[in-house]
Amino acid sequence: MDARTQEFVEYVQGGGQVETGDWMPDEYRAKLIKFIEMHGNSELMGVLPEREWILRAPTLQRKLALTAKVQDEVGHSQLIYRVVEDLGKPRSQCLQDLVDGRSKFHNVFHYPTKTWGDVGVIAWLVDAAAIISQKALLKCSYAPYARIMKKICWEESFHILHGRDVILTLMNGKDEQRALVQEAVDRWWGPLMTFHGTAIPADEDPMVFWRIKSQGNEEARQQFLDGYVPQIWELGLTVPDQELRKNDDGVWEYSEPDWDELKRVVTGHGPMTAERLEFRRRFLEQEAWVREVVLTEAA
Amino acid sequence: MIFEVFRQERRGQAFAHAGSIDAPDLEFAEAWAREQYGRRQESEALWVVPREAVREVHDFPDELSKTYHRVDGYSLKAKLKEARERAQTAESAGALSADG
Repeated sequence: MDARTQEFVEYVQGGGQVETGDWMPDEYRAKLIKFIEMHGNSELMGVLPEREWILRAPTLQRKLALTAKVQDEVGHSQLIYRVVEDLGKPRSQCLQDLVDGRSKFHNVFHYPTKTWGDVGVIAWLVDAAAIISQKALLKCSYAPYARIMKKICWEESFHILHGRDVILTLMNGKDEQRALVQEAVDRWWGPLMTFHGTAIPADEDPMVFWRIKSQGNEEARQQFLDGYVPQIWELGLTVPDQELRKNDDGVWEYSEPDWDELKRVVTGHGPMTAERLEFRRRFLEQEAWVREVVLTEAA
Repeated sequence: MIFEVFRQERRGQAFAHAGSIDAPDLEFAEAWAREQYGRRQESEALWVVPREAVREVHDFPDELSKTYHRVDGYSLKAKLKEARERAQTAESAGALSADG
């Protein structure tokens, strides 16, 4: 590592923040692009499981709330791709790499939304898991990314409320509705437990080394369990893990999550991966004329 | 074209940089800025500025160490102590002479 890079590492590890025009090591820039691009992809792909339920939402209010959530998430992807673009990778390239399967998106967005119970569990628990990671990014060493995270976290907090409201309404309903929620929790528990990644120690995580992330994966998972397992239990729901319990020292114990499945899913072999990427590709091609018209008129 | 968006949260507050927008012209930029930063009434006002119009300025050297226009250029503590002591001495001296 040359002296300039060494100085940069010390600067970010000491809590220093970097702006777009500042000098940065190539490796830092590459890590930022990869990390932030995956976040942008996840926001964009993350609306598809929910979009499927807009037309089937049980009331007009729910339909509008779900539509607003979809708009929020697409808005997040636009803000995030802008940050990637300023780092040197154009949005058009990000979108092309996404539909060609050359870049990744979060594991939870590769699964089907079978019932309205899944929609509630996604907005409540998947968004809760996501907000834990995103809150930790408020301290990201790359300042333009940290700044947009403020707005993103603020909007995510609405989504969790929306999710809790959907879940509570179902839980106060009939046995069939309670069963929908329990089945959805059972389906989503596995993906939720792998969501924050393997328990790689923070000091071995390259994203922590560059202070792109400030939180270790296991720390995030523990925070999720601590915040949400009691909320699940208090509603009379169960978690499909016999080993799950909080030890006297405050640490949650759980069965080993299925890391092979995580790897399979994020490398493009999830149950809905192909279908959802095909959907994105179709719209990217179908709407190309809009971009052309707008850009020609402006020129 | 890239437009920088500055956002005022409440009347009277300073505008702070909120993010940027990629738009073909100012009209589109305004529409998108409204969607991104105003649709929940979370902003009082926005400034939408073409990125090229923003002149960024860095580095403010102080070669002459002009401490007189900085807060740390005034160390009043020692001087105030001296002045207070002087005033006290003068007061007690005055009291003595009044007794005499």
